[in-house]
Amino acid sequence: MRRTKKPKLAVWKFASCDGCQLTLLDCEDELLTIAGEIEIANFPEASRALVKGPYDLSLVEGSITTPHDAERIHQVRRASKFLVTIGACATAGGIQALRNFKDVKEFISIVYAQPQYIETLNKSTPIADHVRVDFELRGCPISKFQLLDVISAFLSGRKPNTPAYSVCMECKRRGTVCVMVAHGTPCLGPVTHDGCGAICPSYLRGCYGCFGPKETPNTDSLSTWFGHLGTKSQELVRIFRSYNATAEPFRRESEAHEDKNSSR
Amino acid sequence: MKVKGDKLVEVRLKIFEPPRFFEAFLRGRDFREAPDITSRICGICPIAYQMSAIHAMEDALKVKVDGQLRALRRLAYCGEWIESHALHVYMLHAPDFLGYADAIQMAKDQPGLVQRGLQLKKAGNEIIRLLGGREIHPINIRVGGFYKVPSRASLVRLAEPLKWARDAALETVRWTAQLSFPEMEQDYLFVALRHPSEYPFNEGRLVSSKGLDISVHDYDQHFIEEHIAYSNALHSMLDGRDAYFCGPMARYSLNFEKLSPLAQEAALATGLDRVCRNPFKSIVVRSVEILHACDEALRIIDQYEMPERAALEIPLRAGVGYGCTEAPRGILYHRYRIDEQGTILDAKIVPPTSQNQKTIEEDLRQFVPKHLALPQEELRWRCEQVVRNYDPCLSCSTHFLKLEIDRE
Repeated sequence: MRRTKKPKLAVWKFASCDGCQLTLLDCEDELLTIAGEIEIANFPEASRALVKGPYDLSLVEGSITTPHDAERIHQVRRASKFLVTIGACATAGGIQALRNFKDVKEFISIVYAQPQYIETLNKSTPIADHVRVDFELRGCPISKFQLLDVISAFLSGRKPNTPAYSVCMECKRRGTVCVMVAHGTPCLGPVTHDGCGAICPSYLRGCYGCFGPKETPNTDSLSTWFGHLGTKSQELVRIFRSYNATAEPFRRESEAHEDKNSSR
Repeated sequence: MKVKGDKLVEVRLKIFEPPRFFEAFLRGRDFREAPDITSRICGICPIAYQMSAIHAMEDALKVKVDGQLRALRRLAYCGEWIESHALHVYMLHAPDFLGYADAIQMAKDQPGLVQRGLQLKKAGNEIIRLLGGREIHPINIRVGGFYKVPSRASLVRLAEPLKWARDAALETVRWTAQLSFPEMEQDYLFVALRHPSEYPFNEGRLVSSKGLDISVHDYDQHFIEEHIAYSNALHSMLDGRDAYFCGPMARYSLNFEKLSPLAQEAALATGLDRVCRNPFKSIVVRSVEILHACDEALRIIDQYEMPERAALEIPLRAGVGYGCTEAPRGILYHRYRIDEQGTILDAKIVPPTSQNQKTIEEDLRQFVPKHLALPQEELRWRCEQVVRNYDPCLSCSTHFLKLEIDRE
């Protein structure tokens, strides 16, 4: 069946680095094909054209960190039929959620000479804390292939194909030798959501968890194994506290080791 | 902007980028984490953040990375310049000159042109993907070197697409040079790195068109950041002067003779001077830099031999380290203080876009009065173009330019 009217795509930015929306422009071989199937109606990073909503598909990048953005996300939701968050900021609060463990007033005074000019919330929160989200795409940054899959899934009315298993599965499929078993390199692969294609171990580096927790991760056991490799509990706090620091299983794990530190 | 009669009395560029507090949460992190964490400041130039961070850390730890590892770093930077400049030239800037809202619209009339831009961008990304593992927030760059270095055979595979890219870059220089440019020249204070034998990427002294010539270690004595009420990005000042200019036009004008012979020749053949002061012509300068980066990448690949070790050993010590490298948009300064365990005690980061904010305002101040008669929508587009001349990372704020004109 031929569609008479192309669905409208909008891309929205909140607190972020722009990398996830850049992923769309990094689809060098596919971009013009996408643009043939879908009308890019609102994409300020790439276009000055602005087509009015409602939008059939909204891609939301970034976390909520200001009172103004906490309002704006509701407008975006109202204007969107299907809302997909793209990346660790929008899905889990991002690296800027490290403020959530500290006093934001102190943070402001470290960076800005005139704290009174800065309007910010105490916490950086994911989009789903504020509005209903139809689908969440993980990663810091997201994977180009998963983004293309989400868009084509949307166009054909199917479920996106983004398995929630661990990075380990992908290493096995690629035939990458386990960096933890073979080299004793601490690796978050066993508890991290796949999607990147297991890049780090293929470069002889341990996974650092930029896709966030997989389904039912056993972080406690992995921490014990890291301990056997010589990782101190202070380091464990940092390891679980990075790009997905406030994703529930990672937050719990980092706080468990923080408690161990302070009780000593 | 405030206008009285036919006079422009005030211009303010407000940036609403929400604060993310990188300099604050870097405190207490391990020095090895700085390259990955700071790359998250900008998804459009992550290599630049990783490079400035590793150079600053190696400075603090008194480690010197040389030989093929250093060459690979330059190669990664070539990839980022090609990728980022091609994105800006073809997808963001050219549509302004040709009257299209974006590259997708432009592709309807000129598909070949947009395809060339996309493939050029891809050639840059191919380099980053091989050396870094992925295009955005690469994972293979570390203090002391890399996690894994490529074999000669895998690097040589990049040569063919890069030779195509070099030809495409030459076409790009010729094509951008014949666009029509508004008359506008400013007596800019250009600031860039300068290296004795190379067009600057990773290293050099900080120089200006008015005689500044300092080590990166002395940055803080000359450059001051100011926090102003209306913008979330800090303004930078050099030796008491409000506005200075960094980025491709500054690099080009201060380092013309270090460009590859092919890039020099191509620039001069199109009539571009050795010093360029028309900000609209930055699109040509960017194209010349793409050409240079393709040339340099091919040279590095040609001379590459796989080093024995992927990274140097890093002895821990307390210290302060300074790093400044040339991001696609200009100088990017990092300073860190670390303790004897390698924990970061404090961090300072000055990105190029914030340094250019004042200069962008100055440009608008000169440009707008001559064009006040334009219809509002047309004037807004021209002003956006003035801002886009600088390829600001904050692409959204610039496409989202809300032109407020108070006419009294």
